[in-house]
Amino acid sequence: MRVSLFITCLSDCFFPRVGQAVVHLLRRHGCEVDFPLEQVCCGQPAYNSGYHEEARTAAKQLIRAFKNAQYVVSPSGSCAAMIRHYYPTLFAADDEWRDKAQQFADKVYEFSQFMVNILKVSSVDACYEGRATYHHSCHMMRGLGVSGEPLRLLQSIKGLEVVDLPYHQDCCGFGGTFAVKMKEISEQMVDEKVEHILATQANILVGSDMACLMNIQGRLRRLGYPVQVFHVAELLYEGVQRYESLQSSAI
Amino acid sequence: MSLSNPLPFKQRVEQGLNDPFLRQSLKNAQARFREGKQRAAQILGNLEEWRTRAEAIRHHTIEHLDYYLDQFATNVENNGGTVFFAETEQEAVDYLIRLAKAKQAKTVIKSKSMVSEETHVNKRLEEIGVEAIESDLGEYIIQLAKEMPSHIIAPAIHKNRRQIAQLFAEVAGKELPEDTSALTRFARHQLRDKFLNADIGISGCNFAVAETGSIVLVSNEGNARLTTTLPKTHVVMMGMERIVPTWEDLDAVLSLLPRSATGQKITSYVTALTGPRRENDQDGPEEMHVIIVDNGRSNALGTEYQSILHCIRCGACLNVCPVYRHIGGHAYGGVYTGPVGAVLTPILEGFDEWEELPYASSLCGACTETCPVKIPLHDMLIDLRRDEVDEKRSPGVERFIFRLFGTAMNNPALYRLGLKMAKHLLKPFADDEGFLNKGPGPLKAWTEERDFPAPAKESFREWWQRAGRYGGDPDGR
Repeated sequence: MRVSLFITCLSDCFFPRVGQAVVHLLRRHGCEVDFPLEQVCCGQPAYNSGYHEEARTAAKQLIRAFKNAQYVVSPSGSCAAMIRHYYPTLFAADDEWRDKAQQFADKVYEFSQFMVNILKVSSVDACYEGRATYHHSCHMMRGLGVSGEPLRLLQSIKGLEVVDLPYHQDCCGFGGTFAVKMKEISEQMVDEKVEHILATQANILVGSDMACLMNIQGRLRRLGYPVQVFHVAELLYEGVQRYESLQSSAI
Repeated sequence: MSLSNPLPFKQRVEQGLNDPFLRQSLKNAQARFREGKQRAAQILGNLEEWRTRAEAIRHHTIEHLDYYLDQFATNVENNGGTVFFAETEQEAVDYLIRLAKAKQAKTVIKSKSMVSEETHVNKRLEEIGVEAIESDLGEYIIQLAKEMPSHIIAPAIHKNRRQIAQLFAEVAGKELPEDTSALTRFARHQLRDKFLNADIGISGCNFAVAETGSIVLVSNEGNARLTTTLPKTHVVMMGMERIVPTWEDLDAVLSLLPRSATGQKITSYVTALTGPRRENDQDGPEEMHVIIVDNGRSNALGTEYQSILHCIRCGACLNVCPVYRHIGGHAYGGVYTGPVGAVLTPILEGFDEWEELPYASSLCGACTETCPVKIPLHDMLIDLRRDEVDEKRSPGVERFIFRLFGTAMNNPALYRLGLKMAKHLLKPFADDEGFLNKGPGPLKAWTEERDFPAPAKESFREWWQRAGRYGGDPDGR
């Protein structure tokens, strides 16, 4: 199966290891992976701030970059939701681009959604000792309707205890420019999220959107709480490597 | 409607954030209401079907609003009532004042009506020497405190027992115990006289049934029944969108309203009124006047915002909104608070006083998910932001940044260059662990309370070109 990666701007610039983990996990499960270099940001920052013309520019470039793709996989529920949910409406009045936008939207998947629903992988050979809790990002859970898939993958990691996050349906307070524009409110929201994470006594926080995780991690660090933060793909790949080194040392 | 709290938005937010009691009580209330709604939804079993049906009814009604308003008005008149269509706040209140003068009214008793808040009825009546008393306990409390409602269904949610005891003590002229039943007993005694002596009763209207010209009121205190039956004149103030075509349609929306609001199957009282007292009736008002208010609602008709008129005022969106939980209703500045207020108020009144409201959301979508009539509230917030950008209301710096963004998006080489520049620009600010705790420019606001990651030494695309495409290993953590 041929898979084209859409590595979001955040992951590309700040968290390349998330994209790397996705590459290696997809290859392990039989995918031929490519990364169109002409890709740009999905346009969500502009779209959510009301700059829809600029969002359309980004969308067109992304559609062009992936025009030959069979499947497009992204390590972000939020960006995948942007493309699936809003691209068709962005071009609703544009005869030339409407169908292209819809066709592109139809082949975009968030990483765990693709692993579980398309590749039919719900268990990986991985091990990682720890107590983890999972943050459901709003756009992935509500916008994309994906919530069980990443948990299924996480639960297959041996040695990892996955505990429920209280009030998991509540936003972490990121919200793109909201975090800066309405920073006082955003800070209260992330503080509450931190409180809920600490209540689980987990030492690992996992999520599927680096934007939310960047927000929560930033606050956890500032307050000095030693909770490790991982993207699902990253933790899975780390676990796979550990599992493999255990296997080889056993031989 | 104009700003009920004249402070700038940021200061209103600050007031909310700095009120620990308010925040604790909103937190508790949200937990209780959310749990209640979930339980009610489970018992109902097929909430999605109900939502779909209710949405279809609301959609159909608003699409044919002129027809149903006409049918409703005709039936009210056939039942012996009087109907007045008020296009503006001014027209609505002028009608009421003319009526009060004609009746030589001294006092008016009111049962919670958001439209009367919207049109500042109490203040206007006071100006002509008519005393208007709120009979809903929550409304009575905030009236004494000279405040606005801070929640759609629980207007005094932000007040504690001690504050209420103090407000009541001023009326009583003596100390009162801070005890719930004693305080409600006091309010009941106070209000009983007012009910008996009021010249006019003003009520809101949860739903108006077009096929019979009936008004339906939902309450837990019974005050609506006294307001609408004791005084000789009953005035209904309703938004023009409160119509349902038939009693069967009412069943769907009425089943969802209390379940979505508080988790109740039904409220203590559901009152239906069809016209004033008839010849052989023992009681009831002699006259019934229905003021049907537009006041900006038709701004939404025929636009992409039309479905905001589907709202049944259950407050479910307030009960799940994290922003509302932290800042409280008064920070929104208007009569309608929370996500629905952030959408509705600028539509009713334009952006001049309400520019910030569409941005008072992280776009988490909890409001849209919970809305019993499926209004896409968070999508509407994005569309309102787009309208503000189109009207050039957004800050100049922001416009500049997004113009740059647009240029870079059209030119992948420029985009790559931008990412590379960001890496070099931010490098000097990073600590040993690769985090910024004091960022430059737009990062300043972020790093006041949060660390910010420095860009990676090697970006994903650099790794891909160097090693990844050839099957190379990723970097360790």
